[in-house]
Formats: sequence, C-alpha cells, structure tokens
Amino acid sequence: MSAAVDLAIVGAGPAGMGAALEAARHGLRPVVLDEHGAPGGQIYRNIEGVTRDRPGDLAVLGADYGAGAALVAAFRAADIDYRPGSAVFEVGSGGLGVLSDGVARRLEAREIILATGAMERPVPQPGWTLPGVLSAGAAQTLLKASNLVPAGRVVVAGSGPLLFLLAWQLAEAGVDIAAILRTSPRGNLWRALPHALGLVGNPDVAKGLGWIRALKRRGIPFLEGVTALAAEGDDRVERVRYRRAGGETVLPADTLLLHEGVVPNPQLARASGAAHDFDAARGHLAARHDDWLQTSLDGVALAGDGLRIHGAKAAPALGRWAALGCLLRLGRLEAATAERGRAEARAEVARAARPQAFLHELYRVPDEPMTPRDDDTVVCRCEALTAGEIRRALALDVPGPNQLKAFLRAGMGPCQSRMCAPTVARMFAARDGRGVTEGDHFRLRPPVKPITVRELAEMQDLAAD
Amino acid sequence: MFRRRAAPAATVTVRLDGEAVAAAAGDSVAAVLLAAGADYRRHGVGGAARAPFCMIGNCHDCLVEVDGVANRQGCLVTVAEGMRIRRMRGKPVLAT
Repeated sequence: MSAAVDLAIVGAGPAGMGAALEAARHGLRPVVLDEHGAPGGQIYRNIEGVTRDRPGDLAVLGADYGAGAALVAAFRAADIDYRPGSAVFEVGSGGLGVLSDGVARRLEAREIILATGAMERPVPQPGWTLPGVLSAGAAQTLLKASNLVPAGRVVVAGSGPLLFLLAWQLAEAGVDIAAILRTSPRGNLWRALPHALGLVGNPDVAKGLGWIRALKRRGIPFLEGVTALAAEGDDRVERVRYRRAGGETVLPADTLLLHEGVVPNPQLARASGAAHDFDAARGHLAARHDDWLQTSLDGVALAGDGLRIHGAKAAPALGRWAALGCLLRLGRLEAATAERGRAEARAEVARAARPQAFLHELYRVPDEPMTPRDDDTVVCRCEALTAGEIRRALALDVPGPNQLKAFLRAGMGPCQSRMCAPTVARMFAARDGRGVTEGDHFRLRPPVKPITVRELAEMQDLAAD
Repeated sequence: MFRRRAAPAATVTVRLDGEAVAAAAGDSVAAVLLAAGADYRRHGVGGAARAPFCMIGNCHDCLVEVDGVANRQGCLVTVAEGMRIRRMRGKPVLAT
C-alpha cells in the first residue's frame, strides 16, 4: 500500500459506496477503507448476512434496510479496491494511516473522501454508565449484526425518528417493550411547524407515523414529556426513574435504551485539522467545505451524514458529489460533466433531505440534560468524571477544554472525548453565559483509534520506503 | 442481558477467560460477551462495572483483551476460531 493512489474513501456506508461507485463509473479504481468486515455502514449493517442467512428478518428490520442490498450488490460488482477490517487512525492532505490485522500502514492518496457517517448524540443521564444501559443504535446493531435482542424488561427512552424505528424493529423481533419514554419538550412541535412544508409528499413521514401507530396498537405505553430520566442499580441497571406531569415514577428495567438523535461523527475530520464551526441551530460541529464538499484541507472531502445530517437516502448522492469534485481535481473529468453531475446530486440531496429541518426542530435536545444539573452524573465516561467535578474545575477559571485536561484528564481516555466533548463544550459556554463555539471543544489529534507503540513504530518503517 | 433469536448459520469456538464458548461466525467480540450474559468488564478508573454502550466504535466501553492485546474495541473485532478473549478487570497491576 505504499504507492500513491488517486482516491481513497474512508467508510463503506451509503455515502462511501456512492462515492466509490461514481469514481468507478468514470474509470477510476478507488481504495475503500472500512472499519467493518462488510460494506453497508451502520444503516445497512450486515445486509448481506441477513439476506443470506435469515431473509425472514428483512421484514423485521424494515423496507429501508432491505433497500440497501441493491447498493451493496452494485458496490461489490464494481471495480473497487475494497479493504474491510481497515481502521483509519490518521488523515491529512495526501495520505492516511490505516490499521488492519495489527499492522499500521501509511497510504498515500491524492484525493481522500471521509464518509465516516453519523453517531448518536451523546447525552449524559444519571446512571448511563451502568451495564444494561445502551444507546438505541447499539441494540439495533446487535439485532442486525448478531441477531441478539435485549431480554427481560426493556425501556426505550429519548427522542428522534430512530427511537421509534428501533422500538418498532425490536417489537417485530419479539421483544416485549415495557414503555417508551419520550423526552422531547412539547414546545418543540411549535418550533417545528414552520418547517412542516418539507414533509409534504415525503413517504418517510407516513412510515414514521406507521411505526408509532403499530407500537401503540401493541399496547406499549407511550409516555410524553418525560424529564429527569435516570438509570439506577448496583452493578447493572435495575430501575428507571423519571418525572412526568409533576410526579415521579420508578419502573423496573433490565435494559434501558437511550437515543437523542444523531450528529456527524466529527472525530477523524477534526483530527485531520480540517476547519469546523459550531452549528448552533443543529447543535453540533460541522466542517467548512467548498462547493465540491472539499474541506479546508486540499484533497480532503467529506460526504454523507459526516458532513451534515441529511439521512441515508441523501448519502449516496453526497458521495457522488464529493467524488465528482475529486475526479475534477484529478483531471479525470471535464468541468461541464462534473458540474452536470453535481447539479443532479444536489437536487437529489435536497429532495431526500426535505424533512430534516422539521425533524431537527421536533427532536431538538433541550439544554438540560446536555448540561446535567445533577452533580453526580458522569460526563466523561472514560475518566469517570462527574458534572460536579467538571463544574468545580470550571469555577477555577479554566480558560478552555484543552486546559481542563491538565486539571482532570477530561476527554483524555480511550474514547478521546467522543462521548463528553459536546457536554463539556456546553458547560464552558454556560459558565461564560454565551453560545457554544468551536473553541469549546477539545482539540483532537491522531491517532483516533487505539494503536500500540509497536504498531506505530512499524508504520514509520513502512513510510520510509 | 441479550438473547439470540435463532441458532446461528455457522459457529466458531472462542476461549473466553479460558473457557470454550460457542459464537456465531461474524459476531463481534462484544456481541459474544453480551450473549454470554456475565459481566463484561471492570473500569480501569474506579473499578465500576461497565459494558458496551454504542456498539459502533465510539464509546470505548467495550474494551477487551484479544489474543494477548489489551484495549481492543470489542465491538469492532470479529471473532475467529480459537480466538483468546479475556475480560479486563480494572486497573492492571504491574508485577513487583
């Protein structure tokens, strides 16, 4: 892998596959680096395995999941250098660091597209570090990849369309859901209504309402306006406590599944040094990009939900869009051809992403619990740091998150601030009585994956060739 | 606490803390431990019980020792026949 390639794509979800297919269509053979063992990303996780080994479950997982099979089949059939099991731990203009089978390699690439997708918005809740408390997406991954479902009393809590999809999938898979606790404030609907035009004629809206109707038909309690959600137990979750309509309720639970929407996974793009800004309306960091989705780094583009949340249906078009820019810069396409392709991709993205503004307002996460009031809530999971500990350090006039590390090691554990950075940023902004900025987020540096010193040392030898 | 909905199409045998455990081919190490039901790990900071939260490579609460290498992300490692998996139990103690 030491000779330079024209195009390397990180991620084999719908955006990465869309980018790779576009490159292949124009006679360029891209390298696709995928942390997972098979293409599909999270949305189409294990689609080949499910189709082959348990096709009956395609009905359980829903039509949108099954629709991924065609994209994955096209990806497999195209002339693409697909590298499963390859984790990218570093990226910059001109190359990346790739870890696979315990060997680190540097790959030189003239153009790079990061299609690293979304992650669930990490929202600290009291007790969220207890075993048995997982994100809703984690339960979905276990169902798709391993046909595992939570046993015992299952409580689903949070907001966002994925929460209802997951609950519907689990119910179809035979899981007895004890309750669905909805945390989105009722006022959100009023803020969302001006964007309701984006829903007209969109089939996904009917689908979403269909999941909710089906869940209610099963008699699963749907509780609106839930606040002060907390998981309790000794070595694992045993109870879920919440407030609603002035009263407090305690539910016995063996599994609590949390979800508060998805945000771009910023880790690799930010560690590359690409410029980001805090998008206050969406509540997350977003990369700056030009009209070809190229970041502030030459030859490093972003596509799919890693850029902005546009949803899985828009992702292949975003991948094509980014790939067209790469092909243009590589001199493999005429400008007019690339621009025509971009116009088509742009229209497709706009169509697919029309409901996003409404959904975003409807499921906007309130400041509390993003800035936990309860001092005992763990914010930094890796270093087991509570909101109280962080607030006490902030009161000492710590200027910013990078200095906070010296006080508490916050954000310095194995996850490298993936789970605490959004909360810590809001805590700084709250302390200073202003809005969140990019500077409130930890600076990220490679490697962004756990790697041994020996593996790094071997990489340096290879890079010296 | 997770249960498998149906017998897997193919199985492999791994060693979990020395004991033979049947896993579905294609399973992640984290899925095998969750299906095994017992405790997952003890946190290196403070020693509390921890288990995977996100299952897609972000939370790093699935860390596990695989074939002698500590701190592997269990949710991203696919099982293989004979793989040696060890739960990590709190802070490692250096031999004196």
